[in-house]
Amino acid sequence: MSDFLIILTGALVASACGILGCFLILRRMALVGDAISHAVLPGIVIAFLISGSRDSFIMLLGASAVGLLTVYLIQMFENSGVQSDASIGVVFTALFSVGVVLVSLYTRQIDLDLDCVLYGEINYVPWNTITLGGVDIGPKAIWTVGIALFLIVLFIGLFYKQFKICSFDPAMAAACGIPVALFHYLLMSLVSVTTVASFESVGAILVVGMLIVPAATAYLLTDRLSAMIGISVGVGVLSAVLGYYAAYALDASIAGCMVSVAGVLFLAALLGSPKHGVLLRNARRRRYLREANAAEGRAV
Amino acid sequence: MEALFNAFKDPNTQWVLLGCMLLGLSSGVLGTFTYLRKESLMGDALAHAALPGVCIAFMLTGVKSIFLFLIGAAAAGLLATFGIGYITRNSRIKQDTALGIILSVFFGFGIVLLTQIQHSAGGNQSGLDKFLFGQAASMIMDDVIVMSVISVLVMGSCALLFKEFKLLSFDPGFARGMGFPVPFLEQLLMLLIVVIVVAGIQAVGVVLMVAMLITPAVSARYWTEKLGVMVILSGVFGALSGLLGTLISTTANNLPTGPLSVLSATALFIVSLLIAPRRGLLAKVWVRYSVKKQVKAESAQTRLERRLGES
Repeated sequence: MSDFLIILTGALVASACGILGCFLILRRMALVGDAISHAVLPGIVIAFLISGSRDSFIMLLGASAVGLLTVYLIQMFENSGVQSDASIGVVFTALFSVGVVLVSLYTRQIDLDLDCVLYGEINYVPWNTITLGGVDIGPKAIWTVGIALFLIVLFIGLFYKQFKICSFDPAMAAACGIPVALFHYLLMSLVSVTTVASFESVGAILVVGMLIVPAATAYLLTDRLSAMIGISVGVGVLSAVLGYYAAYALDASIAGCMVSVAGVLFLAALLGSPKHGVLLRNARRRRYLREANAAEGRAV
Repeated sequence: MEALFNAFKDPNTQWVLLGCMLLGLSSGVLGTFTYLRKESLMGDALAHAALPGVCIAFMLTGVKSIFLFLIGAAAAGLLATFGIGYITRNSRIKQDTALGIILSVFFGFGIVLLTQIQHSAGGNQSGLDKFLFGQAASMIMDDVIVMSVISVLVMGSCALLFKEFKLLSFDPGFARGMGFPVPFLEQLLMLLIVVIVVAGIQAVGVVLMVAMLITPAVSARYWTEKLGVMVILSGVFGALSGLLGTLISTTANNLPTGPLSVLSATALFIVSLLIAPRRGLLAKVWVRYSVKKQVKAESAQTRLERRLGES
């Protein structure tokens, strides 16, 4: 049963991240998830200092607030002329540093184990359950990530066309009268909430990996956005399932194995993709060369 | 003030100060080129990619030696730069995505290795992951010597190859056309970044290293349009951040030096963002205001002339 719950959680994270990852990659914002997972530290610490409790709902709230702030700051600096990658780097390092300083200022005596609070471990998912009205309704991670996934499917489903145009051609979207900034922030809010909701239960590395790697794999396999989203989710879920059994066989970190499997699948697509793969492209190139040489030989 | 003065009599503080300033200086200089080449987050990717290298070095030798760890980290870092280059050159995947893929997959694989080590070797693996989080306050003379050598290496290469790196930053296609060995130069720049990141993470941790490569360069960009000036300014900003970070941490309650250096760099960035001439926010507001005033005055003038013409 706990096997199933862990795999289900991994698959939910993979699906939520897989959908969002496609848009992030197309908009060249792949590293936003990584930035958010570092930058939310001060939010968690402040929420902890204000509430004085380690209730994860309050921490989730603090983290999400700072996640949105991160996204907003990145956009603000970008608008004032800083390159987007540098803007991401400046913001997340600064916020993370604020968090570390706050931790060493206020929480030296208090027991706030960052490894525990900030970076979850997917192993513990089945045991960390929530009770509603005295009834145990299942693992918390499944509920939080499930809700995040529901929101993603809802919003992306409702505004699919708008998101699509905004990702490929923001100028045209603006010309069509689509509020580009609104959709940007909507997407970023979804990323922020998903990142925070998932890494709190399964660890940051799994979230960052699942946001980027399956979507990149899908990007190599298709030229259609809808297909890309489908493949991305499929690759993510496959990585979660295979990764779990690999971890079981190797007796190693589950999240690490899931990301590693995603990496192997990416490598397979990079080399073997029918249209964009390295192997077939090189073979095609050799054949053209041979044909060209042969044609030249005939001409001479 | 006296407390500040006394703090600097302490040789340990002097080493930390010197080490942080050297690190800030050389990463500021290198950061300029990475910023212009839109590779700012390379440091982030390399710092994460070092983990499997450290783990493999430990698995192969079974000893916890900083020197072996550094070699492992550097090897993994170089492999990571090759990987990022290979992906961007051979597919339609963009650089930021390639960075993210390498970052997460290497780090994930590193965690797998780490748990393997934990499960097999028993107790003596502790501290392996702490390697990545560094402690500036524990810097000793040996670290500073290493840092000095690296700084000389970094700044010497940048000075000797300034023209080549300049061309590489602004127009690599043109550089290739001119017959410069572009792939070699790119890989050399990457090697320098790997060296500084590996030296830096052991001393001060991943996040400080990332910030030191990015923030001073972004700040310097606000003040100048010339690369030479930008490189020097960025180095000065980096060194200044190290200095301020160490100062604040020795005087105030022993706060961690690394994050304080980052925050000093961020403060310098915000100051630059606001008050830099021409590119700063205040300058922009001023230009907008004066243009508006001018336009108003001109339109008033034309209205007046038209009315005079009518009458």
